[in-house]
Amino acid sequence: MIAWLLRRLVQAAFVVLAMTVIVFIGVNVIGNPVDILISPEADQAERLRIIANLGLDQPLWRQYLHFLVGLLHGDLGRSFVFNEPALRLIGQRMPATMELAVTAVLLSIVIGIPLGLYAGLYPDGAAGRSIMAGSILGFSLPSFWVGLMLIMVFAVQLGWLPSTGRGATRELFGVQWSFLTIDGLRHMAMPALNLALGNIALVLRLTRAGVRENLPMDYVKFARAKGLSPARVVFVHVMKNILIPIVTVIGLEFGSVIAFAVVTESVFAWPGMGKLIIDSINVLDRPVIVAYLMVIVLLFIAINLIVDLLYTVLDPRVRLESQE
Amino acid sequence: MSATALPKIREETPFRRFLHDYAQSKLAVLGLVVVIVIALLALLAPWIAPQNPYDLAQLDIMDGRLPPGAQSMGGMTYWLGTDDQGRDMLSGILYGLRISLGVGLGSAIIAGIVGSALGLIAAYAGGWAETVIMRLVDLQLSFPAILVALMILAFLGKGVGNVMLALVIVEWARYARTARAAALVERRREYVEAAECLALPRWRVLFRHMLPNCLPPLIVIGTIQVARAITLEATLSFLGLGVPITEPSLGLLIANGYQYMLSGKYWISFYPGIALLVTIMAINLVGDQLRDVLNPRLRR
Repeated sequence: MIAWLLRRLVQAAFVVLAMTVIVFIGVNVIGNPVDILISPEADQAERLRIIANLGLDQPLWRQYLHFLVGLLHGDLGRSFVFNEPALRLIGQRMPATMELAVTAVLLSIVIGIPLGLYAGLYPDGAAGRSIMAGSILGFSLPSFWVGLMLIMVFAVQLGWLPSTGRGATRELFGVQWSFLTIDGLRHMAMPALNLALGNIALVLRLTRAGVRENLPMDYVKFARAKGLSPARVVFVHVMKNILIPIVTVIGLEFGSVIAFAVVTESVFAWPGMGKLIIDSINVLDRPVIVAYLMVIVLLFIAINLIVDLLYTVLDPRVRLESQE
Repeated sequence: MSATALPKIREETPFRRFLHDYAQSKLAVLGLVVVIVIALLALLAPWIAPQNPYDLAQLDIMDGRLPPGAQSMGGMTYWLGTDDQGRDMLSGILYGLRISLGVGLGSAIIAGIVGSALGLIAAYAGGWAETVIMRLVDLQLSFPAILVALMILAFLGKGVGNVMLALVIVEWARYARTARAAALVERRREYVEAAECLALPRWRVLFRHMLPNCLPPLIVIGTIQVARAITLEATLSFLGLGVPITEPSLGLLIANGYQYMLSGKYWISFYPGIALLVTIMAINLVGDQLRDVLNPRLRR
């Protein structure tokens, strides 16, 4: 188990290293930082002085090393726009994105699993069929357009929910959170639902497939023959077996939820790190772009690692294999 | 009168069987019809659109933000309203479809060629070539498409060419994985062995003999990928990272209407969205049916 963990860690380190190379080349070779960093009014002498100051006259490998050392010290430069360290900026925006993403994942579980169970137990009924048809919509509708329609219906036409921003926040552990106030929750309702839509469809389909697959199995027949109530058979016996793939997929999808928050945050003007990166790309605030990319890559690799670990803990078959 | 004429026996060709199988689902036929109509609308936009939305001489700023069905000063009816520049939305959508479909189809085809070739080579060559290609595929697929596209466009800046490049980089991996899986099965067939015994060059065995037999799953992936590419392009353009304002796709049209939505002028965003939606759903319907028809395991 420990050898396995070490091997995964080394693998993860290599992926991080590969991503630093890609990001570094993307920023410094494809785009020319000189054009962006130096004002066009600067004369030649000043240009050269700034280039030397930033270390841009050094050979590329030395610049890369410098970038790596900075990364290890948590120093990725200062934002041109906010004049603050880029990493601190990302850190300030991260809680907003995280609470949105976690709420979206919770919504997809709370809505997706019951609907999937129903569609799996009664696949031929009208309700089961319409649930499945609806899940296709959840997959194929472009999420930004769904967000716009939500705003149009619930904010503009009905006036029930606010359309933009985070609303009132309250402090917990030194960070401001929206989910602790009624106003914040009202602001979060639409963006969270919008972000959750694709995952609701995914969880729903997985649950349904799992139920359909498990119901004809011998252990279900045996449990029924023992005289267990249908509710106990479904919610205890079948549930245990279908939860493994669902937990795995939800874990892996958490990363894409954070990535897709870029779209939702732009639609609902939610002040998270996704909105920050879009604004930064539009004004070419490179240190923030680089910092966001590095943070999100690390986040992804961490999530994949944790899901792998959870998987071995949850599924005895995988656990046995890894011990051999 | 001669003897009763024998009923004509229709020869069953693979293509006829394919058509027959495809027509089993009415919904899929409808999807195909819609796809063809949309493609024709996009192709013929310059001839059927009521106005050329990018010819400034034809626009009148006084006609800005008119609701659907309103009359222009010149007596023309704007069936879907106008945007803030006084452009007819119907014409804007027809021209936008051209760009959305062009970018989606173009990137899916290029990604299909690159990805399938790499996948076939990985399966046929094996060894380190296979390891390198498939590791790259794994790395690519472990990050969501939107993030990879965002990263590439952050480096390159916006533009039609750059969006297509980003979409190709995002999409090639799925083709490569599918092509490799199909080719690994085909590689063990007798006809490949026969072709190798004839001492044909390796590229010929690979691309003339194996590739045609690997095509069905690639066509299915390709159809779905066109829909995904159109969605992703629309999303990127909506975020302001996609196509430039001079070549607006459906996504950019929707983004333009976003600011007017809060004041109740819904049509600037709504109708391009419907056009996008119908396009994506129709392509997905066709793709789903193709998957069922081309899957040999489901063949009756």
